This record gives sequence, C-alpha cells and structure tokens, in this order.
Amino acid sequence: MQKITRDVILEKAISMLQSGEVSAVLGHRTGEFSYDVTPSVFTDAQDLKANFVWNDFCGANFSKYLISKTKKLEGKILVFLKPCDTYSFNQLLTEHRFEREKVYAVGIPCEGMVDIAKVKAEIGDGILSIESTDAGVVVETLYDGTKTIAFEDVLLERCANCKSKKHVAYDELLGDEGEVIDSNRFDEVERLEAMTPDERFAFWQGELSRCIRCNACRDVCPACTCEKCVFDNPNSGVENKAPTTSFEEKMFHIIRAFHVAGRCTDCGECSRVCPQNIPLHLLNRKFIKDINTFYGEYQAGEVEGSRAPLVDYTLEDLEAEDVFKKEGE
Amino acid sequence: MQRIGVFVCWCGSNIAGTVDVQAVSEALKSEPGVVYSTNYQYMCSQAGQDMIIEAVKEHNLSGIVVCSCSPRMHEATFRKTAAAAGLNPYMVEIANIREQCSWVHKDMLTGTEKAIILGKAAVAKVNLNTPLIPGESPVTKRALVIGGGIAGIQTALDIADAGFPVDIVETKPTIGGKMAQLDKTFPTLDCAACILTPKMVDVAQNDKIRIFSYSEIEEIKGFVGNFDVTIKKKARFVKEEICTGCGACVEKCPMKKIPNEFNLGMDNRRAIYIPFAQAVPKVATIDPSACNMLKNGKCGICSKVCAAGAIDYTQKDEFVNEKYGAIVVATGFNPISMDKFDEYAYNQSKDVITSLEFERLTNAAGPTAGKLLRPSDLEHPHTIVFVQCVGSRCASCAEKGKEYCSKICCMYTAKHAMLVRDKYPDTEVYVFYIDVRTPGKNFDEFYRRAVEEYGVKYIKGMVGKVTPEGNKLKVRASDLIAGKQLNIDADLVVLAAAIEPDKSARPLATMLTASMDTNDFFTEAHPKLRPVESPTAGVFLSGACQGPKDIPETVSQASAAASKVIGLLCKDKLTGNPCIASPNELMCNGCSTCENVCPYGAITYIDKEFMNHDRTKSLRRVAQVNPAVCQGCGACTVACMSGAMDLRGFMNTQICAEVDAICR
Amino acid sequence: MQVNEYKPLIVAFCCNWCSYAGADLAGNNRLNYPADVKIIRVPCSCRVNPMFILRAFQRGADGVIICGCHPGDCHYTSGNYYTRRRMALLFSMLDYLGIERERTRLEWVSAAEGAKFAATMNDFVQTVAALGENKRLEDLRCKK
Repeated sequence: MQKITRDVILEKAISMLQSGEVSAVLGHRTGEFSYDVTPSVFTDAQDLKANFVWNDFCGANFSKYLISKTKKLEGKILVFLKPCDTYSFNQLLTEHRFEREKVYAVGIPCEGMVDIAKVKAEIGDGILSIESTDAGVVVETLYDGTKTIAFEDVLLERCANCKSKKHVAYDELLGDEGEVIDSNRFDEVERLEAMTPDERFAFWQGELSRCIRCNACRDVCPACTCEKCVFDNPNSGVENKAPTTSFEEKMFHIIRAFHVAGRCTDCGECSRVCPQNIPLHLLNRKFIKDINTFYGEYQAGEVEGSRAPLVDYTLEDLEAEDVFKKEGE
Repeated sequence: MQRIGVFVCWCGSNIAGTVDVQAVSEALKSEPGVVYSTNYQYMCSQAGQDMIIEAVKEHNLSGIVVCSCSPRMHEATFRKTAAAAGLNPYMVEIANIREQCSWVHKDMLTGTEKAIILGKAAVAKVNLNTPLIPGESPVTKRALVIGGGIAGIQTALDIADAGFPVDIVETKPTIGGKMAQLDKTFPTLDCAACILTPKMVDVAQNDKIRIFSYSEIEEIKGFVGNFDVTIKKKARFVKEEICTGCGACVEKCPMKKIPNEFNLGMDNRRAIYIPFAQAVPKVATIDPSACNMLKNGKCGICSKVCAAGAIDYTQKDEFVNEKYGAIVVATGFNPISMDKFDEYAYNQSKDVITSLEFERLTNAAGPTAGKLLRPSDLEHPHTIVFVQCVGSRCASCAEKGKEYCSKICCMYTAKHAMLVRDKYPDTEVYVFYIDVRTPGKNFDEFYRRAVEEYGVKYIKGMVGKVTPEGNKLKVRASDLIAGKQLNIDADLVVLAAAIEPDKSARPLATMLTASMDTNDFFTEAHPKLRPVESPTAGVFLSGACQGPKDIPETVSQASAAASKVIGLLCKDKLTGNPCIASPNELMCNGCSTCENVCPYGAITYIDKEFMNHDRTKSLRRVAQVNPAVCQGCGACTVACMSGAMDLRGFMNTQICAEVDAICR
Repeated sequence: MQVNEYKPLIVAFCCNWCSYAGADLAGNNRLNYPADVKIIRVPCSCRVNPMFILRAFQRGADGVIICGCHPGDCHYTSGNYYTRRRMALLFSMLDYLGIERERTRLEWVSAAEGAKFAATMNDFVQTVAALGENKRLEDLRCKK
C-alpha cells in the first residue's frame, strides 16, 4: 500500500496547474479496472479531479514520456517521479534528451508496485476489484468471494528487488525521502551464471523463443529513445519486424541489451510490460553486474552528467579473455 | 548499380604460384556488378596500370577491385591509377590475395578458393562504395605558444625565424619560466641567466613575436588551422607601452613586506614590482591584493614618482581575440607541495628547503646575493644533506607523491653538491639516493666528478626522518650498502621535490580537447613516432608539459614542435582524409555519446530545426563532425546506439556486405 | 583420407595499423595458418560493431576474432581501450546466453608480430574446429 495518498498528489497537481506554473501534468488515468491505468497528459483541473489515479498499479516510468511531451508543449510539465524513475530522469538529462527547464519534477515515495499477473496467478480470473489495505491486497472476485494476499507476495519483480527508495533528482519532494537499498537483485543472475552453458542455453532458448517481437520492451524502455531504432532501419543490417528464426530472437535481445548497457538504470519496465513474461531484466542486470565487477560500481542515472562505462576506459581494464577467470585464478 | 572491373594480379609467381589467377578472374565475373574481369602478371607495373585505365574507359567502369598484394603496399598506387582514369580514387578496393592468401597457404586448391572469397568480399564492398572527396580548410598563418619558459621561448623563436608571426601567452609578469630562477646548469655549469636572458631579449626584439605577459587563455574554439582564441590580459595597472622599467616606483612603494614569488618567498618585494632585473617585458606590475591605493584608495606614491606617467589605477582586464593556425602548449612544471612530507620537517624548519629554493640561495641575484646561508639564522651551513626522490618514484604513496621518475633531480643534485663543495670546501655534503640516473651526454661523467673530484658523499638509502633540534637538523637515514643506520647532524637539508605539470594544464587540455595522462601530463599523438604532437590536430607539445625534462631535452623538443608548426603553417590549405565519420542528422539523438569517445574532439553539437511527422517544426540537438579534425577511427560509430554515425569508406553496410560475402 | 573433414569458417576483423600489418608480416615470412581465416580490414578495432559479429555468426561463421593494436599502441590513442570494454561485456553476455565462449576472441597483435598472428590463427582455428559447427547462433535461412 502506498504511503502517499492520491489526495496529496492531486492537490499539488491541481494547484500548480491552476496557478499556471505548469501547463500540463503527467499522470495515470483511470481505466475500467483499478489495475488498468494509462499514462496520460492532463491539462485540465476538472479532468484531473475526475480521472487522475495513484494506486499500486501506477508503475510506469514517466521519465521517457518527457522527451516527446516537453517538445510539444508550451510551458512546463509537472511530473511525479518515483525514486526509480528519477534515475532514468537523470540518465536522459545526461544524454540531452529533454530540456530540464521544461519540467517540474516532484519526487514521490513509493512502497513498491503490484504485479497484476502475480495477483491473477494467485486468484485466477474474475477479479472485480483490487484494493490495498494495511492488511494486504484485498481482491474481490466474481466466483470466489473476497481474498486477501500479502502485499510482498504480489510485488513486481523489480519492486521486490528495489535498489533505491531515494530520489536522485527533483525540484520538490512530497513525503519522506528514502534510502538506497542493498538489494538482492543480482541473485538470479548469479544462479544463471552458476549453470552449465548448456543449461543456460536451454534456459534462454525457452525464454526468448516466446518473444513475439511486439517491441513493448523497446518502446517502454527509457534508455531506448533513439530517433530511429536500428531494428527499424533497413540500412542497419539488423532490421527485422518479426523473429523468424531463433537467431533473430537472440539478436534482438542481445543488441538491445548491449545498446542500453551502462545506460540502463535497471528500472525494470521491460519485464513489467513484456506480454510474454520474459525476464528481460536478467539480460540488463548481467551487464550491470559485469560492469560493477569489471570496472567498479556504477549506477546509471545516479549522477547527472556521469560518464557511462562504455564510453570510458582505464589503462588497466581487464582483458576480454579474463572475463571468465574466477576470482583468485 | 556499379560497373565493376576486377583485376587479378599474378605478382609473377608470388600469387600465381599458389592461386589459380585465371580461375579467380573467371569466378568473379559472375559476381553482382562485375562487368569486366581479367588477370595480368604485374598489375602495379605501368603496363598493368595502363590496362586498368584502358578498361575503365572501354567498359565505362564505376568501380575497381584489384586482387593483389596488401592494400598497405599498393592501395595508394591503384587509387592514383583510378584518378588517372577519371574515377574517384575511393572507388577502388583491394583484395589482399598475396600476404593474406598465396603466401600463407601452400595448396593451390585452398588458395584459389580463398582468393575467390576475398575477391567476392571486395566486390561486395565496392558495390556500396561512393565517391569520397577530401575536405579542405584554410590555414591561419600565425602560431600561439602557451607558456613563456625556455620551451615556449625556443619554439616561438624558431617559428618566427621561419617567418611566421607568433604570440606567447605567459601568466607571469615576465617570460623566462623556471630556467630564469636557476643558478647554474648541468652538465656544463654555465650560468642559466647568461644563456637564457639573451634569448629573452631576442624574443622581445623579434618583430614577428608578440608577448602577452601577465595573461591567460580564456577560451579556445575552432580546430587545426583555424583556432579562435580569447586571451585575457590581466590588469597590471601599469601602461605597458609607456613604462620604461626604471624602477623608481618600486623603490618608493611603501608596501615592503610582500613575499617575493620569484625567490620562492625567501625575501620580500613591494606591491609594485618587476620580478627580476632582466625581466621581459621590463615593466612594473601592481599586485592588487597588496596595493593600498587599489585596496582603499590611499597612497598613489608610484603614480607621483613615475616620470613617464605609466601608472593607471583604473586599468581593467582586457580581452584580446586572435586567430591561429597552430597552438603549442609549453605550460611547464612545478615542484610538488612538500606539505604532506612531514617526515622531512619542511614545514617545521626554515632550514629544510627544496632544490628550487636552493637554486635561489646560491644565485647571485637571489635573496642572499649568492652566499650560501641558512634561511633561519643566515649562518654558513657546514653539513648539508640532499635527499633525492622526494615524492618521485613513489608507487606506494600515490596520495603523497608521484609514481614517475622526475628525471632532472639526480643531475641537479649532483650540480648542487658540486657547487657547494667548490665554493665551500669545508662543508660536508651527503646525498641520499635510491638510484643515480644519469643517461645523457656528459651526464655520468658529471656525476662521477661530483663523487670523485669533489668528494660528495653519496649514500644509497633513504632518509627516514628529519627532526629540528636546537639549531641542528637531526637526520636519521639508512645506508643500504653498509647496512646500517646513520644519524647526521645537518645544518641544511635540501629536498629534491618531484615535479608535476603546472596546474593550468588540466583546464587548458579541456579547452583544447587534448588528452592527458593520469598525472596531467599531455599525451603525445604517438609515444615514439609523434612525440611533439598532441592527438588533437594542430596542437603541439613543448617541454615539461609532456613529461619531466631537462633543459637540453626541452629545447630540442621545443625546436621539434616548432618545425611541426612550421610544416603546418607553410600549407595554404589542409586536405583531410575523406574516410571520416559522418552523422545522419535525421537519426541522431544528440546524446553526446559519440562526443565522449572521440579522442580528437572532432564532434560538436548544434540545435537544428527539423520537420516533425505532423508538419510542425522543432529544434533538435544533432552531432556535427569536423572533417579537418576527424581521423576516421570509427569509435563513435559503434558508440552510437541509433547507428546515425557511420564511417565513410568503412560504412556499416559495407562491412556487413563483406561479412556476408565471406560467409556465403 | 577423410573426405568430409570439417572446416570451420573464421572471420577475423583486423585493425589497419597493427593487426592487419601483422597479418601481412605473417605473409611476408610465409608463416602458414589455415585458409579458413578470412580477414576484414577495419581502421581500428573500435570500428567493430557487435552487430557485425552477430551477423557473421548468423551467416554461418563458426568463430569470430577481433585483432587490434596492443593497449597503449592504438594509432588513434584510445580506440582499443573501448574495444576491450565492449568485447569483454559482449563475450560475457554471449557466454551468459549459453553460447560457447571459445567462438569469440579478442587478441592484440602488433605490426611486428607476424608470428603471433599466425600462431593465434592456428590456435583459434583448432579451438573452433574442436567445437564443431556453430549451432547456437545460426540462422537456418542462411544455410547453404
């Protein structure tokens, strides 16, 4: 359950919109169900009052939207950023993807977001409503009455392994500031690393063969903001629309992970939106883990203007062949 | 579609011995785009080249593939041939079927097979080649030398001697640098002033050279041949063109207790001062932090006594804008701070001094008029301990000192020791060293003279601690060869402090987009073959800004840098390499990733207006490559996520086509 | 004599200034290595895009080797340092996906190391030949 309420956020949004400090607000809009929320631009206070949502399903990372929205809009846009969003926000600023002056960023605390897929897996179909309470997530169902699940059990993977509750960029903070968390986010990567190559190959073959190339991971990724994606460019040599072979599935995900390596803030949006539930974050986290091990701890987006590891080097960097040497060898 | 001609060379039997050249030219005939294919004994011979020219005309060829020796051997030759035939020289590709095929494979079958594949790859590439035209840019025939020490002076004199105008920018009120502070110079023991000051006068009198003293570099824009530099002339409150350097103002200035930087604070100067008698320009400068008139408007004596009327208390910093074709960095060095070396008691006793301070103490124009006296009580010291490598070769104490060898200390310490023993034979002189390094003409002979003729006591070992006690300095040291501890009661301890690049070097490197090593020394374009050029085109390195150097080495590097500058300024325009990076603006994200990996600073960004899909317009930040600066490495092309940056001559599509042809 | 002896297909990307010259020197000194190695010249090892490597595998290469100047010797001062990071991460990722780590290699070969070039290629061809055909990164459409 979120500690900061919709009312507090809404009040801020309305007051800034009405005072003219901002000309639009980036927020979630209600859908048919409480878990069915859509990122949206509000320009009207009435609309905000009626349709603005803040609940456990507002997971979307708003920073990427700022690129297109700030371009089109006269005046400033108000955006509410969860701690993890602020890392992407900084990373995009580092890469000059939008103008800082056109954004009013309000940091809001986040207790973690709920994964509807996990709820459905737990409850089954026929969900009428979901509400978070102190006791847990209360689900009213069509066939089976009301059920309560522990909040921790249905968190999005990225929230269960949250890396930081601290905002690294904002103009103003609502609610309390949190801390950087010593998370276990690399455990799963380590489990895979411990497998034999054959097991790993089988694992990824199983995962990636489900890819339908809907491009949702790319489209939601705040590091994938290219004016023209290489996969859409007939001259890139990798252009394709749908993976017709197992090679192309791998190709797409290797290249995508490589392109965001050192820039990925590990916001987890790719895995959140994947309709096939492919654990795409495990690819990005592998790069993050490798970068941390080989070149020293680096968190993309933590500091605006920091030099990404792949556009940097030291004379003493390890050799490519030493990548596979275990410690002590 | 290209019309490609394939020319397979036998190279006598060099190729034809292991590769069936007939089969190769036959096989390549059916490749896409190929309209003509032949083979010949020596393609690089005049007859062979004529054959190519003939074929280009006869078959209206648009591209050429030569299957021959390495492109490192004859690419230039065949490009010229293409140009002679009226083709763009960059429409030629070489398939290396000699060094990388016939010479390394023994079997005719595999050799032929491989040669065909290499030929196919070259054909596939030429199919995607486009004519490339090298960019041209003009050259401003004026050089800028940053730093007016011996390095800058020599570089400027040499460039001016070749007839090009040169400006020297020096932060101090006078040129001369560190050498002006020295007493004698090794290994000849001639006096530094005697050989330096005539050169300073030469600079002042050379009508090709302008000196911007007491000035700093404010901004550098542009690129090789076309630098645009803003120089800040700091207000010296004295009209430079009027001041005669008579010194009347200095004599009458009531502010007498200002530490004299030129003597490293060992005596005092006035608020208005001329650093030393032979200063160039010989013009007074008012220190605004010390002058009563400037601080609170009370005084004005110097203005009253100046017969020339040169004093101007209202003077402001002045900014001069000038264009240059080449920039020479000669920012020099400084001894490191001794603050962190508590063990030598530098901050506790006035009688622990650095070698540069020692130079001033023995200099006839120094604070003691050349008499060697202890700073604390002005007594003659009878026991002097020299400590070598203070902060040099300090791998384990990187936070205090430097990992590298400062190179000059062994020699100047030998010089100091010898001078002391020469003037004051009653003085005991100890030198503690790790190694004595004397590679240089007459250097080892010099050191041996110090030991053998002058009786300087060289002890291998380091000084552990210096403790001031009464009017003595207790020196605790180890003698590694005798294997014992030594306790010496010294009167004076001289520390051979490591040298480091001047602090102004780092911001300057940023302005120049020139690269530096971790110690803030400027990096040379190639450590062996291009030692006086920076990787940034048009930027040259002179003296200790590139690494520790003694005077002979500095002067030779200064002249070398000058000759490179002259070579550049002699050209009317610069022709670039056309195989350079070029961004597709429509795909550019403006993310600065390419800029970050470019070793040459060739990439900049502009805001450019683009039409959106909905016909509205918006500004976008896009990369621009400066063709005069880009060297065509391609680092940016891989760093660029969107693939907006591509490398002419080695385009993504071309390399992919080669890969495809090889793997087919 | 075995008729269908397996011949791996090796693509070697060589930088123009060091490794390509090293390969030329191997030729000058008539140092043999298998004809399975086909060299593509690039200005600097940092020009090698991971996409080129994947494309080579897709089109049927069994091994890809990238050769550049030794660290500190790059003609462009820093290109090979970027290569080193890029390839370290890429190779680690390929291994993570279960693709045989021996199929990719990064070697520093100077213009004077003709012998090293030939030895490296001999060793690499042997290693890849022992692995057999590239199955894990193949594209069936590109099969002959």
